[in-house]
Amino acid sequence: MEYTILILLLPFLSFILIGLLGTRLKPTAAGVFGTVVTGITAILSYWTAFSYFGAGRNAEGIYPQQIPWNAEWLPFGGNLHIDLGILLDPISVMMLVVITTVSFMVHIYSFGYMKGETGFQRYYSFLSLFTMSMLGLVVATNIFQMYIFWELVGVSSYLLIGFYYTRKEAVAASKKAFIVTRFADLGFLIGILIYGFYTGSFSFTPDAAVIGTAKVFLPLALGLMFIGGAGKSAMFPLHIWLPDAMEGPTPVSALIHAATMVVAGVYLVARMFPLFIGYAPEVLHITAYVGAFTALYAAVVACVQSDIKRVLAFSTISQIGFMIVSLGVCTSSDPHAGGLGYMASMFHLFTHAMFKALLFLGAGCIIHAVHSNEMSAMGGLRKYMPVTHITFLVACLAIAGIWPLSGFFSKDEILAACFRFSPVMGWVMTFIAGLTAFYMFRLYYNIFWGKENKELHAEHKPHEAPATMTVPLVFLAAVTLLAGWIPFGEFVSSNGQAYHIHIDWNVAATSLCVAAAGIGIATWMYLREDRKVATGLATRFSGLYKAAYRRFYIDEIYQFVTHRIIFACISTPIAWFDRHVVDGFMNLLAWISNKLSWLIKGMQSGNVQRYGIWFLGGALGLTIVLLLI
Amino acid sequence: MVQMEYYLIVSTIMMFIGIYGFLTRRNLLAMLISVELILNSVDINFVVFNRFLFPGQLEGFFFSLFAIGISAAETAVAIAIIINIYRNMKNIQVKNLDKMKW
Repeated sequence: MEYTILILLLPFLSFILIGLLGTRLKPTAAGVFGTVVTGITAILSYWTAFSYFGAGRNAEGIYPQQIPWNAEWLPFGGNLHIDLGILLDPISVMMLVVITTVSFMVHIYSFGYMKGETGFQRYYSFLSLFTMSMLGLVVATNIFQMYIFWELVGVSSYLLIGFYYTRKEAVAASKKAFIVTRFADLGFLIGILIYGFYTGSFSFTPDAAVIGTAKVFLPLALGLMFIGGAGKSAMFPLHIWLPDAMEGPTPVSALIHAATMVVAGVYLVARMFPLFIGYAPEVLHITAYVGAFTALYAAVVACVQSDIKRVLAFSTISQIGFMIVSLGVCTSSDPHAGGLGYMASMFHLFTHAMFKALLFLGAGCIIHAVHSNEMSAMGGLRKYMPVTHITFLVACLAIAGIWPLSGFFSKDEILAACFRFSPVMGWVMTFIAGLTAFYMFRLYYNIFWGKENKELHAEHKPHEAPATMTVPLVFLAAVTLLAGWIPFGEFVSSNGQAYHIHIDWNVAATSLCVAAAGIGIATWMYLREDRKVATGLATRFSGLYKAAYRRFYIDEIYQFVTHRIIFACISTPIAWFDRHVVDGFMNLLAWISNKLSWLIKGMQSGNVQRYGIWFLGGALGLTIVLLLI
Repeated sequence: MVQMEYYLIVSTIMMFIGIYGFLTRRNLLAMLISVELILNSVDINFVVFNRFLFPGQLEGFFFSLFAIGISAAETAVAIAIIINIYRNMKNIQVKNLDKMKW
């Protein structure tokens, strides 16, 4: 499987070529090149998945881990060294397929969406960079390689959020995303260092003998790593960057901030799952509570946002919360006894990537048509954009968890895993699933039904998006329709053994009822044009509504903590110390040398005879000194 | 036969006269002459040491010839500089030559 290196090298090549040639390349040429390269990468990934899973299970009944490439990159002495290589196992192969598929779709889609933008070539080169880094992250053979690519995806995310760098909001959002995730990555790095120091390796699966002594520190190391994962995956309270990241172009939101990069934290936890389950189950359960709270918080906020991309952003946060919860509620590595959540989480990651990318791309079509993100500019769009309408509806039904769409199957497994962990967790997550259905259909009705903004639409008639944009929609909708029938447990499970998914109809019926209730309430509140109930509720609970609309003031709290407390009480005194004491000392030294030089500059008088005397005196002095010693 | 020390005394006196002249004369030409005195005292030393300490060898003689040649060239350059200074400043007083300083 040596050809897998091409999966990394091709997008990198495309990044370098398009990036270096820049505007010397025609926009179309850059786009076609990037798209073709991504297409080849996708085919290679499919082929990799086909041959990897086609090779069959080994004697222990698991798909064996394969490392087609591995090179020692940085030795530290002792056994500690950083490798760069490619690791193939069920989850990394699954991620390869997800990333290349979504990336390929986004590349095609961007043709239509970004048409005529300045910096079209730059956009495609950054997309390639992102694809390369994300693929490198999932195939990392060790935690440090993962960290390197982890930062690279952070950089490409920063570059793409700030793509419209002339807009102030975009610049601020890109900085925010970078700083917040970088701050979380500090925890990740410290975790890696602790891990490397005590176990003596950066491997994902260190020898049990080595761990014996490091056991005490593993929970700490894994907890710190989860902080990094929480930053990337926008877990509360580090989620603040993701809604703002919607300032980037919509296809970028679909690729990076919905389907691939934001699930890196989930992937990290899944990657470290054997260690979590073996040595730090309590840390794993903490992640479950963090995930559950995040899911609830984001779902509530998503219910009242008016910017459609913000709704989708909070929905993403909520769904990632689901995945984290699902991993967190695992109590053993046996899928039949408490390890179901692992499979469920990966399954949901897969299906969510598809339907959330679809939702974002659909939102992109809508924004393309009405030139606004606000719901008030939409309404009644179903007549104008039939393809977008149907595919968006499919995705909404999938995320709400309606049989037989993919979201139903994965969410059902997650809820089953939660109920096995504790009934409370199960009911909370079921409630959030209901909320999900509600806010998604609120969004759906607000965009496609309800009162049309006639004024705006008369001025600029909405139209269906071009084929380059609708084809990806149709493809992703087809995947969303069918992906639920993939026997996912056969490929991925917590201990690698085949796990046959059987739907727990008790749980499924409950979640279906709740989803139906959510959709029903949304229909009742938002289908009709007058919106009496919705506005009535909003005025009745105006305090709660406002708080939720302002995202429960988390950003304001951050603003307060950073500006009023950290900047004012810590940074300002330190800055004062730096300006006055440290710089002052240096200025004093400069001042002294200056004054001294004024004192002695008279020695250089320009008078040759004076120099002669100095010379003679010096020679005499030296002679005396040499004679004396 | 004159002792070596007498020659050395003469050359030492010449040397210090030269140094004194270099440090005190106000005229560039006089300073040049002082420098020549210093050089000549060194030449005398070369010759004397060769004559008394290493008879039968020629290095000292040749070196003094060499130094005379060099000092002739140096004098030519120095005179040229002095002429140029005169053309610029209309005098060759050393106290006026303090432009090249900080």
